[in-house]
Amino acid sequence: MARRLTPWRWAVLGLAALYFLVPLGASVVFTVDVPGQGVSFDAYTKILSTDGFVSSLLLSLELAAATIAAVLLLMVPAMVALRLGAPRLRPVVEVVCSLPLVVPPIAFVAGIVTVLKWGPDHLSRTPLFETFVAIQNPSFPVVLVLAYVVMALPFVYRALDAGLRAIDVRTLVEAARSCGASWPQALVRAVLPNLRGALLNAAFLTLALVLGEFTVAQLLGYQPFAVWIYNVGGSQAQMSVAVSVLSLLVTWALLLALAGAGGGRNRTANSRG
Amino acid sequence: MTAALTRADVAPVASAKRRRRAPGWLAVVPLLVFVAIAFGLPALAIVYGAFSVQGHYGTQNLTDSLQGPYLTALLGSVKLSATAAALGALLGLPLAQAVVSSRSRWLREAVLTASGVLANFGGVPLAFAFVATLGNAGVLTVHLGLKDDGWDLYSFWGLVLVYLYFLIPLMVLTITPALDGLRTQWREAALNNGATGVQYWRHVALPVLAPSLLGGLVLLFGSAFAAYATAAAMVGSAVPLVTLQIADALSGNVLVGQENIALALSLDMVLVAGVVMAVYLPLQRRSARWLDA
Repeated sequence: MARRLTPWRWAVLGLAALYFLVPLGASVVFTVDVPGQGVSFDAYTKILSTDGFVSSLLLSLELAAATIAAVLLLMVPAMVALRLGAPRLRPVVEVVCSLPLVVPPIAFVAGIVTVLKWGPDHLSRTPLFETFVAIQNPSFPVVLVLAYVVMALPFVYRALDAGLRAIDVRTLVEAARSCGASWPQALVRAVLPNLRGALLNAAFLTLALVLGEFTVAQLLGYQPFAVWIYNVGGSQAQMSVAVSVLSLLVTWALLLALAGAGGGRNRTANSRG
Repeated sequence: MTAALTRADVAPVASAKRRRRAPGWLAVVPLLVFVAIAFGLPALAIVYGAFSVQGHYGTQNLTDSLQGPYLTALLGSVKLSATAAALGALLGLPLAQAVVSSRSRWLREAVLTASGVLANFGGVPLAFAFVATLGNAGVLTVHLGLKDDGWDLYSFWGLVLVYLYFLIPLMVLTITPALDGLRTQWREAALNNGATGVQYWRHVALPVLAPSLLGGLVLLFGSAFAAYATAAAMVGSAVPLVTLQIADALSGNVLVGQENIALALSLDMVLVAGVVMAVYLPLQRRSARWLDA
């Protein structure tokens, strides 16, 4: 049976390989094959010295670090507590964490833009106005972190839920408490080490999401990495493709590390199309 | 306080449970407060803005969002997403089946890992990779002389081709567990009773797979429907799409006062995405039942 299927199977796999590898190969050829000059690696060597590359990449990494810290600080205690003492809240948290899936990023950012306009329109004489200004600080836009935390919630929820399902939180905490540990100690020294895989999963997915995020950042007028690539594309086609290839390789390395570390390949961030 | 003391005297176990319960909901509060502010406010703003016409309640924005160029964009998005999702499902299924039926662990791991990576691949880099390959000055376009054959990447079918790059892997990830759930015995039983391979697929495998297939289809649709970055980086506004319309209205590329139309369009999108999730989640649960059996 299996043998009879072989030619058909190879045809399918071959076509798939062709479709998925050709654009990558062609991109590399496009960046090194300069018309009239032959092969040149200029597009790659010039990246570092191009305006905005370092600052936009740094901004993206800072945003990613802040987002990961914030989403884990919010979600880990809540998820552990759901297992321990508040099972009735579980459906509530599940629905709350799935809601962002129903609002496409472009609609979400339309809502954010509207809310941010309330600042100058209605709140200019209240202390809230200062908050509105502060979260839009161009050197570190907190408003992006807030948006990214919301967008990461569904994936972080699923990653942590899978991790918590695999361990017996109640017994762990009770054992730690019986040995005289305080609540924070029990959480940090007994539960978290057992959740290492799930925490890594959540952090990697969030990192990939933030590094590739374009919609929200562009429409709010900030320039993290993805927006920078887009802007470079207008003037320097080869460079933009070269950076795209590199950013892909980095993102893929991250996601492959994730697949290797926690078998998390079944969860997809898939929010950047 | 006294009540707690009395309880502690009578039932120490209950009191221990009470002590544990207290931090329970307290730890969930920051999350709920955060979502209420960071997600709730924008969501409210969408609904409020969509229904307010010059400071008053009204449905004019929503009516406008379903007319003229906005309707064209909305229908364009639906058409593009439906086409790409259908093709993605049609092409993803045989690919997943080829991997599952090969029984090679190595191939399976490689394809699933690659799918996980590719399903996450979207946005600007994907658009630029395809521009470099099949765009006006793309490597394949130039070397194969595709331009003379009328090829145009910056079109409806060009976008479909690009979207398939992340939709097919998404389909493979979605459908593989269901294909794993197909028992070899069912096939053997069907063949022993004189069924052909086609009959087996038509009467046994596809009905069992139907919920997963349909679930994958709507998931792909939702994913394509919400996509913005790829289209923005690739076609600009050459193909009418609702996401591009919203972006235009937001960045003030059109008449002032169109922001509320952008919010109405956003609400339209949320409604479509809501329907997609309402179809997807029950289907996913249904197909999960087959896998657990």
